[in-house]
Amino acid sequence: MSTPILAPPPASPPAPASASPAPEAFPDFEEDLGALARRHGLTVSGARPTLPEYVRQLWGRRHFITAFATARLTAQYSQARLGQLWQVATPLLNAAVYYFIFGVLMNTKSGVPDFVPFLVTGVFIWTFTAGTIMAGTKAVSGNLGLVRALHFPRAGLPIALALQQLQQLVFSLCALVVILFCFGVTPDWSWLLAVPALLLQALFNTGLALVMARIAARTPDVAQVMPFLLRTWMYVSGVMWSVQHVLAHNHLPHALLLALECNPAAVYIDLMRFALIDSFTSAQLPPHVWAIATGWALLAFVGGFIYFWQAEETYGRG
Amino acid sequence: MAETRTNESAPVVPETAPVVPAAGGRVPTVVVDDVHVTYTVQGAARSGRGGATGALSRLLSRRPAADAPGSGTRTVHAVKGVSFAAYKGEAIGLIGSNGSGKSTLLKAVAGLLPPSRGRIHTQGQPSLLGVNAALMGDLTGERNVVLGGLAMGMTREEVRARYDEIVDFSGINEKGDFISLPMRTYSSGMGARLRFSIAAAKSHDVLLIDEALATGDAAFRARSQERIEELRAHAGTVFLVSHSNSTIRETCDRALWLEAGRLLMDGPADEVIAAYERG
Repeated sequence: MSTPILAPPPASPPAPASASPAPEAFPDFEEDLGALARRHGLTVSGARPTLPEYVRQLWGRRHFITAFATARLTAQYSQARLGQLWQVATPLLNAAVYYFIFGVLMNTKSGVPDFVPFLVTGVFIWTFTAGTIMAGTKAVSGNLGLVRALHFPRAGLPIALALQQLQQLVFSLCALVVILFCFGVTPDWSWLLAVPALLLQALFNTGLALVMARIAARTPDVAQVMPFLLRTWMYVSGVMWSVQHVLAHNHLPHALLLALECNPAAVYIDLMRFALIDSFTSAQLPPHVWAIATGWALLAFVGGFIYFWQAEETYGRG
Repeated sequence: MAETRTNESAPVVPETAPVVPAAGGRVPTVVVDDVHVTYTVQGAARSGRGGATGALSRLLSRRPAADAPGSGTRTVHAVKGVSFAAYKGEAIGLIGSNGSGKSTLLKAVAGLLPPSRGRIHTQGQPSLLGVNAALMGDLTGERNVVLGGLAMGMTREEVRARYDEIVDFSGINEKGDFISLPMRTYSSGMGARLRFSIAAAKSHDVLLIDEALATGDAAFRARSQERIEELRAHAGTVFLVSHSNSTIRETCDRALWLEAGRLLMDGPADEVIAAYERG
């Protein structure tokens, strides 16, 4: 209070809200506030936009989404001495661990030719799905500060984090190519099939990230359960063993067989193996594999997007 | 919730009457109608039993947190039935003791914390002056300028056009090339200056300013005070939360006094502050 107190004594001690507004200064106060707002064409703050409008807003923020994803990716290893080298080194180390345990220690080649490329492809492709889902789980609940400070369609957060995982996968794929070379797999025209397969998988992952983002925004505890669910999912998805081999040698109930074959994670993993590894032939793929892959991708993405949008106005309440 | 929404979704409001100025020619920009805001706070168990059992019951119950007893969550009723209308050209100060709900109300007006009851009507998209949350300490200052600008809804071209202006305003580069260093290496004053410079780079319809923006040394404080005045001149309505009564007196013509989530007094800034100071 550096200024001398002018103190035009208003003589009105703190009164209950209803009596307080100075009547002559704010004459409109007494009228119905809702009617006043409508009369002047004000819009309800924080209301959920329509779905087409939401998509349009999201498109308008595409530069923020890509910048956010890249920033997260860059920030990740910025404190490490080797810096961005870890982008490639981490997946390579991961592959080495799996190779040591399953290839050397347990020697579970399970009758699969080119076992190491088979295993490493499986691990990397699975990591893409698992990583995206985990990132989606924390997309809203882990960025509440951002949600509570700035306006943007909240779907931008899970989508940006999914994009970050896709960028990370590109680094992993560089490592994968090196490993494939080392184990005698040569480039082929069929490698081009990896592009549509990865795009479908990315769509599928983003859809799941959107779903998990909404659930975890409501119940953050889901983040604690997800690792267990994901690990279970990994073991049934044929990351370290061939689904087709098991199906051929065991007499499982038909419904279970169908579930194992149509498991989206297994479908995307096997599509990548089919694209990259020569000894992995189309005989090891379930019938209508591209239709299944496309179906899962569209179902997850469209469904996930609508599901996330439906709670748009509630994000940030904590 | 981009700023473009207003024009598009305006027809949703049934405009029975043409837009005419209110009595006295005043146009409302923000109408807050009996608004309640509640927070759910996780990990706030009273009895200390919020651990495993609490987590389990939270997972099992479909209803969120607050309804599961002993689950370690509590609901905080931060704003309790506040109503007022703000008009074009007004600068409104929010005063009240710590935890009285000022910042929460500001966030609700900005549409960032949805009211649990009541409605907030606004003209255009009110924006909170602040981008802190979007910035990343591990990134360089220059990348943060771009990221912060994009986060506020600027296009890449706008960011590029204003980049030099933002950096110059912050004065970060006055003592060497600091803008290319990661932000975590900045002193707290430098960081605050860059954050303010990014936040103040965009003009808004309804501007909401939370306290403690004018940080830094005396020269920077003068510059930022000037910038706030400029923003005020361009914005239709300005809300300012501050614990400094003299700041409110200088910048605002109207004040709202909040206490424990309730609106205690609403009137000309001088009168409200005088009453507030008397306790």
